[in-house]
Formats: sequence, C-alpha cells, structure tokens
Amino acid sequence: MTLDTLPTSQSGRITAIDWSLLAPEEAQRLRALGIDEGAEVTIAHRGVFAGRDPIALEVGRMTVAIRRSHARAMTVEAA
Amino acid sequence: MSRLRTAALVGNPNAGKSALFNVLTGARQKIANYPGVTVERKAGRLILPSGEPLELIDLPGSYGLDATSPDEEVTRKVVLGEFEGEARPEVIVIVLDASNLEQHLVFAQEIVALGRPVVVALNMVDLAERDGLVLDPRALEQALGVPVVPTVAVRRRGIPDLVWAISNAEAKAEADSHDHRQPHLTLPERRLAARNIAKAAILSETAQHKLHARLDTVLLNPWLGPLVLFALLFVIFQAVFAWATPFADALEGLVAWLAEGVVDVVPAGLVQDFLVEGVLNGVGSVVVFLPQIVILFAFILFMEASGYMARAAFIMDRLMAYVGLSGRSFIPLLSSFACAIPGIMATRSIADPKDRLTTILIAPLMTCSARLPVYAVIIAAFIPNRSVGVGVGLQGLVLFALYVAGIVGAMVVALVLRRSVTQGAASGFIMELPKYQLPRLNDLLIGLWQRAWVFLRRAGTIIFMATVVLWILLSFPRALPGESQVDASIAGKLANGLAVVVEPIGFNRDIALALIPAMAAREVAVASLATTYAVDAEDEEEAALALGDQLSSRWSLPTALAFLAWFIFAPQCLSTIAVARRETNGWKWPAFMVAYLFALAYIFAGITYWSALALGL
Repeated sequence: MTLDTLPTSQSGRITAIDWSLLAPEEAQRLRALGIDEGAEVTIAHRGVFAGRDPIALEVGRMTVAIRRSHARAMTVEAA
Repeated sequence: MSRLRTAALVGNPNAGKSALFNVLTGARQKIANYPGVTVERKAGRLILPSGEPLELIDLPGSYGLDATSPDEEVTRKVVLGEFEGEARPEVIVIVLDASNLEQHLVFAQEIVALGRPVVVALNMVDLAERDGLVLDPRALEQALGVPVVPTVAVRRRGIPDLVWAISNAEAKAEADSHDHRQPHLTLPERRLAARNIAKAAILSETAQHKLHARLDTVLLNPWLGPLVLFALLFVIFQAVFAWATPFADALEGLVAWLAEGVVDVVPAGLVQDFLVEGVLNGVGSVVVFLPQIVILFAFILFMEASGYMARAAFIMDRLMAYVGLSGRSFIPLLSSFACAIPGIMATRSIADPKDRLTTILIAPLMTCSARLPVYAVIIAAFIPNRSVGVGVGLQGLVLFALYVAGIVGAMVVALVLRRSVTQGAASGFIMELPKYQLPRLNDLLIGLWQRAWVFLRRAGTIIFMATVVLWILLSFPRALPGESQVDASIAGKLANGLAVVVEPIGFNRDIALALIPAMAAREVAVASLATTYAVDAEDEEEAALALGDQLSSRWSLPTALAFLAWFIFAPQCLSTIAVARRETNGWKWPAFMVAYLFALAYIFAGITYWSALALGL
C-alpha cells in the first residue's frame, strides 16, 4: 500500500521509499523533515480541491504538507 | 580587535528565532542584505551583563548544514566562517522548539559537533506544557554537553538566564579559541540520537489536547478552509479602505496645515511655490497612504506570526498547481500585495528554479501597497461611496475587483509561462505547518515599524526627488501671461510626445506627464498629478482643491477606469526591476518582465477604455 491510499487519521509506518520518483532536492528536504524509511506517519488532512491534494502529514510532533505525488512514492504498512 | 564580537541565532524554521531575536535586541535592529545575495541580514545589539555590547545576528531558519536553498546556504557559510565579509560568530545560540525536540535536535547535534561555543535556548516551553510535555533541561544539557536555557521568547521568560549563558560562552570563546570538533554523525545516526535524547529529556507526557490539531480541522477543512481564507482576504481589503480613512484624513489635514503655515511664513514666489506645490503636495499626497500600508502589513505579519500563512499555502497549493506552481509561491505572492520587493526576495524559499523564476515574473502583478494611493485616489474621485449590501461598500468592492484582476492576470501569465519560457518538471510542495501561536504585540509592532520606515524613507528619498524634479520640469520655462504654465513647461512638451502614444487608450496629456516620473515608483503618479494640478491652478483657491475634486472635474469616467486598468499591470517601479535583476543574475528576465507587463498594461487599458465608452459610461 502506498502512503497516498492510507485512510485519513490512520497511522502507518513507511517501509520503503522509491527515491527515483523524487527529485534529489525533494528527497533531501523530506529526509530533513524526518520523512524517511522507518518513520511513523499519519495523514491528518487532505487537500481542498480536486484530487484531495496536498496531504498534511503528522510526523512525530510535526505537521508537514506534501503532495500526493510524493506520497505515491512511499510504501507504508498500517501501524 | 575593534570589531564587535558576534553571536548568531540558528535553528530550524518555526523555532521562534525571530521572536527571541526581538526580545534580545529590542528595537536596536539593523536589516540589510548579505553582499551578493538578497538574503536579509538581521543584526542587532545585545547588551551583556557586563555592559558590553555583542552583535547578534539572526540567521535564516535551516534544517541542516547540507541544505540547498540560498537561504540555508547563508546559514551554513556564516556558521562555518566561510562567508566573505562576515566574521565567524564567537558564540552560536541554537534555538530549539521545546515541543518538537526529536526534529530540532537533529540540526542541533550538527552544530554542537562543530565544537564551537554553543548555548541552547530551549524555546517555547509554554507551548510544550500546553501540549502536556514536562521537560528536564538538565538532562538535555548532559546529553548535548552544552548549556541549555529554557525560554519563552514571546513572554520574555528565561531571557536574563539566556543572556548570562551567552555572556559566559563568549568569555570562554575569548579564553580558548580552539574548536573541539566531535566526530561527524550521519543523518540517520543523528535522528536516532535525537529521539533518544528527547526521550531522556521528556519527564512526563500527558494526554495532549492539541489546540493546533483542533484548529486545523476547521481551517484545513475542505469546505470551511477556503471559505475562511477567502473571507479573511476580503476583510483585509475592506479594512484597508475603511479603517485607514480617519488616519489618512488626519494626515491630510496635517499636510494642509503645514502648507498654510508655509504660505504664512514664506513670501509668495518661487520658493513658496516649490515648498507648497512641489514638496508638500507631492510627498504629502503619498504619505497619507501610510495608514493603509500599515494595516495591510499588520494582517500579513499576523498571518505569518500566528502560523496561519502556512495553512493558506496548503489551501492554495492545489489551485497554484493548476498554473504550474505550488503553495510555496503563495507566500511570496501574498507578501507582494504589500510590496513586490520582499515578495521577490521571499521566493528564495522555493527550491525549484523554474518555479522560482515564474513566481518572480508574476510577483509585480500582485497589487502592491504602492498601487493603493493610485487606486484610492481614482476610486474616491470616480466611484460613488454607496453601499451595495450588508456592510459592503461599492468603493471597497471596486478595490477588491482590482485585486482580483491582478491575481487572475498573474495566474494566466503563470500558466502561459510554465508552458513556454519557464517550462520544466511539475513542481513539488513540501512544507512544515508550524504550530499555531498568538503573536506578541511587540513583535508585530517591530515588524510594522520596519515596514513603515521603509515606506517613509522611500517617500523621503525616491518620491521626494521625483516630485522635485517634476516640479522643476513643470515650472520652467515660466509661462507668458495668459499661457498655461503646464503647456509652457519642459515636462508639458515631453508629455505631448508621449500623449500621442497613450491617446488611443484614453489617456490625456496630464496622465502621460504623470507616467514618466512614476517609473521610479507607482505612487509618484499621484504625487505628480497633485503637483501638476497645483501648478496648473488658476488661483490659490483652485490649487487648494483636493486632488480628487481636481480629477473628477478634469477626467472622464472611461479615462479613469483605463488608468486603473493600466496600473494593474504596468511595471512602474525601479526598485522591483532592480531586485528582479539581482535575483535572476542578469538583465534578461527583468527586461522580459518589463516588456510583457507594459504590453499587458497597454492592451488592457485600451480594452477598458473602449468598452467603457461603448457602454456609455
């Protein structure tokens, strides 16, 4: 299951990230924000308009906005 | 050594660095640019307990030393002492968000490992307590091996202790100038260590009643969120018009009173003309818009300091994606409503170069505060002040429409640019949504004062110069008896040439005349019109007429509307062009920007004029 299909307010653990789908700077920024393999995340909110994009992700005590396209590169398992 | 010793504040974005900086330095701040880059260098003086001053610099927020954006590059170079023209700071003050230690300690460890004298400000401990966290600063101190001081910058808590710690670290730096570097840890190692250190420092954690989560369920709600944002923007624009009026009237009265004083004291003649027509009418007509600019900035600063601005970016991201941009562009663009210069500078947080370039190119389309004087004068003179419904005035509605026109124009231009000259991969959007916080009044006031000062300085320099030059061009050669002074003047002759070009879009000679000095800054157009009509006046009584009355008796409604349409697009601001050049490293893009904006201004002013005529307005 990829992160973008995780139901809202359900937690998941990121098991793998397909870094080839992400630009190098994006990958670096995600890692700097603690979004990396092994991180536990919850989708707190989904975007407003068509496509429910972007996604507000809870990582630890932080809330981080990412695009669905980023979430699609991440494999999660329910935690 | 004559140089003032320095300390630098570093930390993740949203650690409350700026609030801490304000408390530590008070109003003794200097904002300049780092040479070569347009990253703001914020410096102030911190008085140590010994009475000695220390220069404190507030470095851009950063997630690590290996970061990529120009902002973070400055932080890295200054901290490492690699920044040319900036001495390596003697003391580094790491600012941590106490309620987000796991994340903030990742960067903190990297700084501590440099082996420089370091003090940690464990900031926003009150928010951590609100989240149900009880922390042990001593445990943190032991784990990091550096002094840790709990602070609440916005409530001024822990500040004397922090100053003491900085003072001690500075004394130590003087005694021992060697670095005590620690082995470098990789990011996963630091993250693991951060988690362990945080765990050890957290004494207890009770069930959290996260205020920000509850606020977000409303403010990021798919239906309510955009509604709240749109309503807020509407309130801002209504407020700018309604709340500012008494203050603007008072300022206007002050200018009139000064003019009377000058007439009483200075004998009639060229000097009196110069002071009244040139200086007071010109500069005065711009300064009266200070209240509106202050109100607009007050809203923007409040949105930024409260954490709502990032939510606005979140809500807007999808819409921005339609035109090939991201929610990150929303913040520079919203700042551009106040002024395109800080707006263009704020694009530095956009990582993607094509995204950033597009945002720079469309930033001047956002209705900046310099357009407000122009819009305000024209609206007041030509749009009747009546209500169109519950508390909504027609004047405010027209102003709102002008703002919307700028936004729609910018979006269409972005769409076209992203498919042509700034083509590239679709941009991403990765952004921390900070915790909500009630901003401290003092921080808002300091920010407001800085913005107001920039505006007044412009009024005192660029606008003053432009109006004085225009007055000279308008006043010489002197008209023969029976001839109009404006027709006889150098400026009048110049404007006659330009008038041929702008006549098809409904502009008269006076407008052509105002457009020339308004290249320096848009609001000069108002000052120029005021000066022109003051010089042109038959007698003192007519000269004393408010600019609005002058305009409504001299211009037709289609001309006024075309004038408004022109200013939605026209890139009449030398400072913006200069900043665009600096940010894009060359003349190519600013030249492109100026060309396309003038083309749009001409086309849309023309369309407006001829449509208005056709409608019989």
